Amino acid sequence: MSAAETLVATGNRAHSHGPGSPVPLQARSERPTSYDVADFAVPNGREEEWRFTPVKQLKALFDDAAGTETPKIDASGPEGVVFETVAADSLKVGKPQDRSAAVAWNHAGEAFAVRIPVEAELTEAVHVNVASLGARGFSHLIVEAGRHSRAIVIIDHTGAGELSSNVEVVVGDAAELRVVSIQQGDHESIHLGQHDALVGRDAKLHHVVVTLGGKVVRIGTNVRYAGPGGDAELLGVYFAEGGQHHENRLFVDHEATNCKSNVLYKGALAGDKARSVWIGDVLIRAAAEGTNTFELNRNLVLTDGARADSVPNLEIETGEIEGAGHASATGRFDDEQLFYLQARGIPEDAARRLVVSGFFNDIIGKIGVPEVTEHLHDVIEEKLARAAELSASAKAVVGQ
Amino acid sequence: MATLEIRDLHVSVDTENGPKEILRGVDLTIAGGQTHAIMGPNGSGKSTLAYSIAGHPKYNITSGTVTLDGEDVLDMAVDERARAGLFLAMQYPVEVPGVSVANFLRTAKTAIDGEAPKLRTWVKDVNKALSDLDMDPTFGQRNVNEGFSGGEKKRHEIVQLELLNPKIAILDETDSGLDIDALKIVSEGVNRFAGQGDKGVLLITHYTRILRYIKPDFVHVFVDGRVAEEGGPELAEELEANGYERFLKAGAK
Repeated sequence: MSAAETLVATGNRAHSHGPGSPVPLQARSERPTSYDVADFAVPNGREEEWRFTPVKQLKALFDDAAGTETPKIDASGPEGVVFETVAADSLKVGKPQDRSAAVAWNHAGEAFAVRIPVEAELTEAVHVNVASLGARGFSHLIVEAGRHSRAIVIIDHTGAGELSSNVEVVVGDAAELRVVSIQQGDHESIHLGQHDALVGRDAKLHHVVVTLGGKVVRIGTNVRYAGPGGDAELLGVYFAEGGQHHENRLFVDHEATNCKSNVLYKGALAGDKARSVWIGDVLIRAAAEGTNTFELNRNLVLTDGARADSVPNLEIETGEIEGAGHASATGRFDDEQLFYLQARGIPEDAARRLVVSGFFNDIIGKIGVPEVTEHLHDVIEEKLARAAELSASAKAVVGQ
Repeated sequence: MATLEIRDLHVSVDTENGPKEILRGVDLTIAGGQTHAIMGPNGSGKSTLAYSIAGHPKYNITSGTVTLDGEDVLDMAVDERARAGLFLAMQYPVEVPGVSVANFLRTAKTAIDGEAPKLRTWVKDVNKALSDLDMDPTFGQRNVNEGFSGGEKKRHEIVQLELLNPKIAILDETDSGLDIDALKIVSEGVNRFAGQGDKGVLLITHYTRILRYIKPDFVHVFVDGRVAEEGGPELAEELEANGYERFLKAGAK
């Protein structure tokens, strides 16, 4: 049985979480965070937060040493946006939750800050490009949206090296901020990232993680609320090809009252040893009355040899909430859909593209940034074309 | 005019206990301008015949031939069969999440015709086909078959039949699960298609009810994977009166 089949069947019966990895009794809120690298041992892959990750490939980013390069940061945006470098500890909205984040925090040097002034309503997106040049480097970004402001900030991670980054996001009271983080490094690149967002009173955050390239990409996104009435929409799209590991770990910490969170992550996998991991932790603390939260992860496994892990966790400490739910589904490509479309004359490759673009259709609609969704559409088409070539050449080999 | 010829067709499916033969030598000729009804009890292989002609990968053709105007259908991929002029209205239409009916219909029409339909007339054609089947134009914005009722799915199949306008239509239990109003609407659609004069219809059904609205030229009784008896409309009337008992006894001996 292939890994994909195993996974699809897993939901139907009692299952373990893999050998050597008991589910810890520790609650999510008790997991340590620290600015001090020494507080985190070098991961061996058996820890709860590392057990899905290929830690052997990440050794260089666990090393408590200065980077061998400084990633190149280019930023542009409409009038009114302020770009500046500030001390790493000037904000402290984020706090490293693992060793690589702590290493990055201490070795990135100053932070690059993007500030959206109070009440500014930006019509154009702010662009920040973080380019890894091929060596080992660290970056630290701060995005701060003043109260009553509206803005879109697109952070584009590209390049060939090993990058570990921290991103701190503050959404001022009643502001609406859309942050899109794109990971599209070269095939051999590695990117570890931690995003921490603080959502103000009556503020709205749309946080989008789009992972399209890189050998190992692991993004942790943590959301807290600074006051009541905050709303966080957390979206993610990923498409792992052969040999790629795309991992997303979310933690939404509800402590303020009447806040909302809505998590939707969708991924496709194609190719041998294509791997995705999604961990969605939501904690509703005793004080967080009136909370409304839902999280959903869906994976579409397009070929044999790919594997998707999906673990939603919900901890609820009060019953006085609006609603809380989660769902996760991982399925293989549905051959009945393919048959139906082909039976209407649509050729197989076009039918496959139609089904996969249909799978991503709802989430792409929610991203709400045309330049991102158009790019995403193009890259998905390229990836599907590559997957089709692979399966065609595999068939040809079998046929010989 | 088109002719679909099925000769000595044997089809099996893979089961846990090895291959199981379902069709055991089917002979059938459907010419343009004719409406054929295939009737038979559950499990007699009616749907297998429909899906085998359309090319569903679950069914293994072990021997026999299927040709459309002399061309070998069995050698064609599923989409090639559709482009050659075959259409299967399915008993259980498949949901395709995230793909709108409008997009689906336009993509299918473009594939069948080899060119995109003219935008202005196409929108009009789609809206007319929908309203002919008593479906609201807003169905175009909904995802294919997602959240459709059983009757809506069947009517959507006939919308596709009318828009794609194949040479030969195979309708697999399109009548099952329809109330009488929907049955009439669906039957009118099939009659409009057949009424063009040169189209062939193979109507597969368990019940005689739909034959009050769609008049077959030929009736074939299907038992145990092959045609047990053939006749005109009077055969359907006999089945209406006496059911399949006579054929089941014959098949059991």
